[in-house]
Amino acid sequence: MKEKIRIGCGAGFSGDRLDPALTLVENGKLDYLVLECLAERTIALAQKRKLQNPLLGYDPLLERRIELLIEPLKRKQVRLITNMGAANPLAALDKVLEIAKQKNLAITVAAVTGDDVLAQINPNDPCLETGKPLTTVGPLVSANAYLGSEGIQEALQSDAGIIITGRVADPSLFLAPMMHEFKWHSDDYAMLGRGTVLGHLMECAGQVTGGYYADPGKKDVPDMANLGHPILEVASNGEGVVTKVTGTGGLINLDTVKEQLLYEVVNPYEYFTPDVIADFSLVKLQASGKDEVRVTRGDGKRRPETFKVSVGYQAGFIGEGEIAYAGYNAVRRARLAGNIVKERLKGVFHELRVDLIGMNSVHGNEFHKNNEPYEVRLRIAGKAGTAAHAARVGEEVEALYTNGPAGGGGVRKYVHETIGIVSTLLPREKVKPHVILKST
Amino acid sequence: MKLYDVAHSRAGDKGNTLTLSLIPYDEKDYNWLCEKVTVQKVKQHLHEIVKGEVRRYELPNIASLLFVCEQALNTGVTTSWVLDAHGKTLSYALLEMEI
Repeated sequence: MKEKIRIGCGAGFSGDRLDPALTLVENGKLDYLVLECLAERTIALAQKRKLQNPLLGYDPLLERRIELLIEPLKRKQVRLITNMGAANPLAALDKVLEIAKQKNLAITVAAVTGDDVLAQINPNDPCLETGKPLTTVGPLVSANAYLGSEGIQEALQSDAGIIITGRVADPSLFLAPMMHEFKWHSDDYAMLGRGTVLGHLMECAGQVTGGYYADPGKKDVPDMANLGHPILEVASNGEGVVTKVTGTGGLINLDTVKEQLLYEVVNPYEYFTPDVIADFSLVKLQASGKDEVRVTRGDGKRRPETFKVSVGYQAGFIGEGEIAYAGYNAVRRARLAGNIVKERLKGVFHELRVDLIGMNSVHGNEFHKNNEPYEVRLRIAGKAGTAAHAARVGEEVEALYTNGPAGGGGVRKYVHETIGIVSTLLPREKVKPHVILKST
Repeated sequence: MKLYDVAHSRAGDKGNTLTLSLIPYDEKDYNWLCEKVTVQKVKQHLHEIVKGEVRRYELPNIASLLFVCEQALNTGVTTSWVLDAHGKTLSYALLEMEI
């Protein structure tokens, strides 16, 4: 049994940079690389792509990431764990094998399925957000349970070099190799809690190495164009050090780690995953070197009896239009433009959202204290049941060119389909992870 | 003085719930922040943004506070029509607070 392993996180969301993962594999002395690429609704969007084409539904960047990494992964003997399977881990597996064959690489690839529970859920079950039956939110398009580490651990017992999952709780992508290497039992809640804390710190990649942190003059971060992604060196007693490859940009200090420890946490005393309920309140952080923070003393208690399920539903369309005004009286001209569009669309939309970008579009009116900007951008948004209906917003904003206030320019208009997400719970026995192995 | 002068913050989202950490640059300021930045104060400060309840978690182990704000993200990132649907910019709204 290894005493320590090194796990890198090369992507923290679907659209993340490609190159930090390559740096990690080449220079990180890794045992494992994790690529975390699934946000709440990414899987519902992927489900829609799969419905249109059964060979799709995996992460849109899968090919590019695998093309870049597969040879170095093999050469450096680093095992990859990724949720890029999204709505279709099996199609992703086949795509990875196809890339391996083109490159004449011998490799075994595993897919972990079982998260797709659309057939298992009862549409009359209550949604956690409203307490009403799921059917009341809209037509359902997907239901994916957050799996734990179980399926990945099973895959790790094979010789698979690449393991592709669909929906798995993010920290469990990291916990699985720890449990596998250190033979932690599924009821060793203290260890599982520690591993979950560490996984949580890693799952957003650059967010623990200075990304989403920098504030010039206040919180300076060096060389962000080459931000290094994190490496976790974890020992069999669950103690870890978060670090990065020397020479990469970014920084790791107590403050970057504190910000990430609390990121998206709704109860730090009880952080729920399918493996354990982790406790962040005992975690001790210690700066242990340049770009190195030591993390100890996480804890945990028995895992929940139910799986959380993310349910995607069709939520209609959002239409948006934007137009800019600058110079004398810009704010009043923008307000006039907003009022014109509101009058034009009266009765067409139940409600419109009208923002002045530069003044009140993200923080509301409370804080800008009437400091009028030199330039301002009017943004109008409306919700509708069809794309054509939603497009009316952009059409009316565009028509301001010739029918609206003076000096309006730079119109952009957008329509996008909305997939809403709500949650429900499923008993454990209804969710069965399954591992499929294929070799070149 | 504004919170921005003594502390930093990161915003996160879970559905329609906004999370805001509050981390003093100097750990010695933690107790003082606990006294000054109460749930009531945050609710009042963010009343235009946060429509639901605010819970505060104290984490003396890392000298940090966490505010969990419900009904703060216009239904949540997947269906929201606001410009910053995740609420990622909202950490800086908290830091605008006068103390």
